[in-house]
Amino acid sequence: MNAKDTSGVTRAEYCVVACAEAWRGDGEILASPMGTVPAIGARLAKLTFSPDLLLTDGEAMLIGDVPAIGGASELIEGWLPYRQHLAMVTGGKRHVMMGASQVDRFGNQNISCIGDWEQPKRQLLGSRGAPVNTLNNPTSYWVPRHSSRVFIARVDMVSGVGYDRAAAAGKTATRFHEIRRVVSDLAVFDFDTPDRSMRIRSLHPGVTAEQVQNATGFPLVIPADVPFTREPTDAELRLIREVIDPRGLRDREVRA
Amino acid sequence: MSTDKTMTADQVVGRLGSGMTLGIGGWGSRRKPMALIRALLRSDVTDLTVVSYGGPDVGLLAAAGKIRKLVAAFTTLDSIPLEPHFRAARESAAFEMTELDEAMFMWGLTAAVHRLPFMPIRAGLGSDLMRVNPGLRTVVSPYEDGEELVAVPALRLDAALVHLNRADAFGNGQYLGPDPYFDDLFCEAADTAYVSCERIVDSAELLQAGAPQTLLVKRHSVTGVVETPNGAHFTSCAPDYDRDEAFQSAYAKAAADPAAWREFTDRFLSGDEDTYQAAVAAFAKEGA
Repeated sequence: MNAKDTSGVTRAEYCVVACAEAWRGDGEILASPMGTVPAIGARLAKLTFSPDLLLTDGEAMLIGDVPAIGGASELIEGWLPYRQHLAMVTGGKRHVMMGASQVDRFGNQNISCIGDWEQPKRQLLGSRGAPVNTLNNPTSYWVPRHSSRVFIARVDMVSGVGYDRAAAAGKTATRFHEIRRVVSDLAVFDFDTPDRSMRIRSLHPGVTAEQVQNATGFPLVIPADVPFTREPTDAELRLIREVIDPRGLRDREVRA
Repeated sequence: MSTDKTMTADQVVGRLGSGMTLGIGGWGSRRKPMALIRALLRSDVTDLTVVSYGGPDVGLLAAAGKIRKLVAAFTTLDSIPLEPHFRAARESAAFEMTELDEAMFMWGLTAAVHRLPFMPIRAGLGSDLMRVNPGLRTVVSPYEDGEELVAVPALRLDAALVHLNRADAFGNGQYLGPDPYFDDLFCEAADTAYVSCERIVDSAELLQAGAPQTLLVKRHSVTGVVETPNGAHFTSCAPDYDRDEAFQSAYAKAAADPAAWREFTDRFLSGDEDTYQAAVAAFAKEGA
């Protein structure tokens, strides 16, 4: 092992561990990571504490191995075209980690557009699967650059449904609704609060709660004792650095 | 003997009319009926309601000002997340939009296929899709659960355009790639459906290329069949070819700038399909 492999844990690696933790205990369901760090996290979870997770090749194949990011799978174990993928969503057999162009304190997420929907200041992807995801399977979010432009008081368009909006929409909306985690490059958040507003669950080492609050456009719930995001084990670090992401693509998404 | 439905791309477009609701198969920048779209760009047909899991099909039609209304859950080039023409059109409010969710879209097509007015689904509630689609209604389950679900209206189409790997002259279409997308639903949800394909083959050859379940589109739902080799270019048409990333990148770059876009259209989109394919071959040679 060379010197680099035993050096300090990077911020990107804490983010990978935090993303992996989102899938802990999920059992035999599909992990759908969107973004590089979530993809590394899902693979790390599968190689360690959540071995029964299903993964895709990003298109219609379920892969039976855990190739490096950017590498090809050598073992196809199943077929998952979009129409069956959507059935996994509505059947609740999936936990997705999506991106968020904006997210508010109750977990409402926007990937559709910035500004007025009728004539957006900036058109983004469109709502894609966020409405169906959030009402049907556990949903988490990944934000590689935490800022008050993303963590915003009010999202311009509710694509993914948060806790307040789900509650207002009634029992059909709340029945299978769960926003599990939000992971950013600064911290990990959940909604385990009486009013389901966003709480700091853990801070990445080197980050303060004040720093996170200052970069957030709404008041966060900050417990008296906020733990740090856990350290990766030596085995996990080796998996991240040598097996899953030997090319270091995680550092392009989260700067050191 | 079944009816021979082979025709040219221009003959397909000759059967389309301004103001139609047009469904386009594929997904994002994958297996889009691009040769048919290019033929449509050469025509006077306009004022379309386009129903699509959007990719460069939407971008090109938007750039040509042919879309009156877009029904979509997204528009993307996949490897390039934001479709530049779509972005520009939305940011200048160039057309009306019905923004749906990916699942709502599928159930809307499914309702149309089954001649149902709507399908009840658990998607959309609580989201702003209910705000930006004020016509969307809910329906209460008549059973004990009493759940209030979204009633996604049927997405009935006047015409559908899809691209497959193989077809026979009668309209039996075969996909050989990893995903059927929703091309069969598009064809069955439409009053008329046109299948372009990489190669028209004898019916007997279809099963030599793939298992029976690759026979996605049935001839009863198809009006016309067109052989358009490289007809999904620059989108992917696995396993015949992958997405032409170099070309797509040039497309996206040009689309972001009006002067560059005029050059791009002069070079690639001012002639017929043969001219296009020759220009694409020349472009590939330059990059080699």
